[in-house]
Amino acid sequence: MTTRSPLRIEPTTPPDESPPMRPSDPLPALPPPKPDPATVPDPVISARSLCVWYGSSMALKNVDIDIPRHKITALIGPSGCGKSTLLRCFNRMNDLIPGARMEGTIKFEGIELADPSIDAVALRRRVGMVFQKPNPFPKSIYQNVAWGARINGYKGDMDELVEKSLRRAALWEEVRGKLHKSGLDLSGGQQQRLCIARTLAVEPEIILMDEPCSALDPIATAKVEDLMDELKEDYTIVIVTHNMQQARRTSDMTACLMLDEAAVQGGHRTGVIAEFSPTEKLFTNPSDPRTEAYITGRIG
Amino acid sequence: MNLPVPSGSVERPRWPAPSRFRRYQGPVMLSLLAICALVTVLTTIGIVAVLGLETIHFFRESHVSLPAFVFGTEVDPPKFGIFPLIWGTVMVAAGASLIALPIGLLSALYLSEYAPRRVRAVLKPALELLAGIPTIVYGFLALVLVTPLLKACFEPLGLKVDSYNALSACVVVGVMIIPMVSSLSEDVLSAVPRSLREAAYGLGATKFEVSTRIVLPAGLSGVAASFILAISRAVGETMAVVLAAGRMPNVTANPLRSVETMTAYIVAITGGDASYGTPKYLSLFAVGMTLFVMTLGLNILSGLILRRFREVYN
Ligand SMILES: Nc1ncnc2c1ncn2[C@@H]1O[C@H](COP(=O)(O)OP(=O)(O)OP(=O)(O)O)[C@@H](O)[C@H]1O
Ligand SMILES: [Mg+2]
Repeated sequence: MTTRSPLRIEPTTPPDESPPMRPSDPLPALPPPKPDPATVPDPVISARSLCVWYGSSMALKNVDIDIPRHKITALIGPSGCGKSTLLRCFNRMNDLIPGARMEGTIKFEGIELADPSIDAVALRRRVGMVFQKPNPFPKSIYQNVAWGARINGYKGDMDELVEKSLRRAALWEEVRGKLHKSGLDLSGGQQQRLCIARTLAVEPEIILMDEPCSALDPIATAKVEDLMDELKEDYTIVIVTHNMQQARRTSDMTACLMLDEAAVQGGHRTGVIAEFSPTEKLFTNPSDPRTEAYITGRIG
Repeated sequence: MNLPVPSGSVERPRWPAPSRFRRYQGPVMLSLLAICALVTVLTTIGIVAVLGLETIHFFRESHVSLPAFVFGTEVDPPKFGIFPLIWGTVMVAAGASLIALPIGLLSALYLSEYAPRRVRAVLKPALELLAGIPTIVYGFLALVLVTPLLKACFEPLGLKVDSYNALSACVVVGVMIIPMVSSLSEDVLSAVPRSLREAAYGLGATKFEVSTRIVLPAGLSGVAASFILAISRAVGETMAVVLAAGRMPNVTANPLRSVETMTAYIVAITGGDASYGTPKYLSLFAVGMTLFVMTLGLNILSGLILRRFREVYN
């Protein structure tokens, strides 16, 4: 971390709150810097000094980020810099990977997510996820949408919920006559909207999207983007994208992740946040030279 | 078959023409594979033809009607009523399945969804080792281990346990076919794409819900196939059953009694004194045909059930 933007959000965690560091951890002891409350008031998720390991290799180092409520936050950066890893910390999806662990603090509505004892199952209903590749269940369209709600014990009218979710995902008109056909019979773009509908059906507070449009054509992409714009009224959205235009079009805040040069020198691939700014500022007037190089296409 | 080199092109190293092996490998492999496929098909046809012809021969020689053959309760010539044999076979197969299918399926689910990688690396080969034990060893174990155990359990309760009994056959055949179910099912369950599991976890599903409501339905066709294979194996199992269940054609619901299965009957006839061409000798083929029809029926039935329930994920 060579340059510091004035907009950068600094860690708020006092050192005694973070878990003790082991001597083997390649973590430089940072002085607890000052918080910058002006940037993101009332964040939904707030990570401080977040480090993630896969086995013995560090994938993310000292990530500080505040996810603003009812806004769209984009994560950009070159391949392998840890965007998906960061996203998957927000709903503890990394738990499913043997050997993955995180340190630091990451608060979601006051819940400490880095605490291994929290109920990841309950968390994931509140923090939904849409994946890069559309992955509908091999069940009917109706079952796809109803499944998550059902296992979470939804008590209301299921038909109504399915219709509402499909409408919100802008898919209702296309599938209303064939709700009992397999979800896999849909086109890729429709499948992705089905996956979004499925996520909406469990009424999460946050929707994490990991390159949701990378398998879609421009028309389907436009539909998903319109959808995101509508959804942000009620939901907080975090989206990983390789498409700079998409980040610029859709998001309010953008975080640009980069590989840590010091780590690369040492043969490791560790990601850090190079810059976290309002999207317009990041794309027109980046304060980090690496961000500038990345968005202008000189690196990455 | 060399492609013409563009004239006036700059001198650069040329790729060699495809070797003769590569050029002819397509047609050669094609015919080789076709021959192999043909061999299996012809073998099957041959077996069915021999069974069929000799079965017809049997019915002509013995003057037994088909209903009397299937439903008659007196096995000995000249009656040839094989119902006790069918009963014994179904009883042993059903009992063995009752033991093996749940245990096999649960261990497959455990191995694919719950077991840490290291446990799985040990447990899976260990289970498969069970499948490598010769069936005569299982039969022997039934005699010297399972039956004495059953006697120790049931005789104090006042229940008489025959030295040869159906239950001990059920137990050993059940154990014998567990690895078939667990290993094949584990393969198909592990092959269910991770993206489906992640989708389910992402909606707030527990491990149990993911295993039973996403992974299992997605792998259902493979699991069912492993069931059918295991049941067919139990139906066709011979040595262990002869040693465990004995040779008393009985129509009884009491698993502590001795029963005779169709396979045990076939062993007895082939090993016995029936001379070639007599109805007793020919009955061997008719019983074999019945076995074949039973397993075939099982396969067709499972195909029909599957078409209704399976989820295709790719
Ligand atoms: N399951 C895993 N096991 C071990 N290492 C992993 C695993 N997943 C990711 N990594 C490592 O973590 C680093 C960050 O990966 P991540 O998938 O977060 O990158 P990304 O920014 O999402 O890349 P992309 O843009 O290509 O999707 C990479 O170096 C990768 O090798
Ligand atoms: Mg990624």
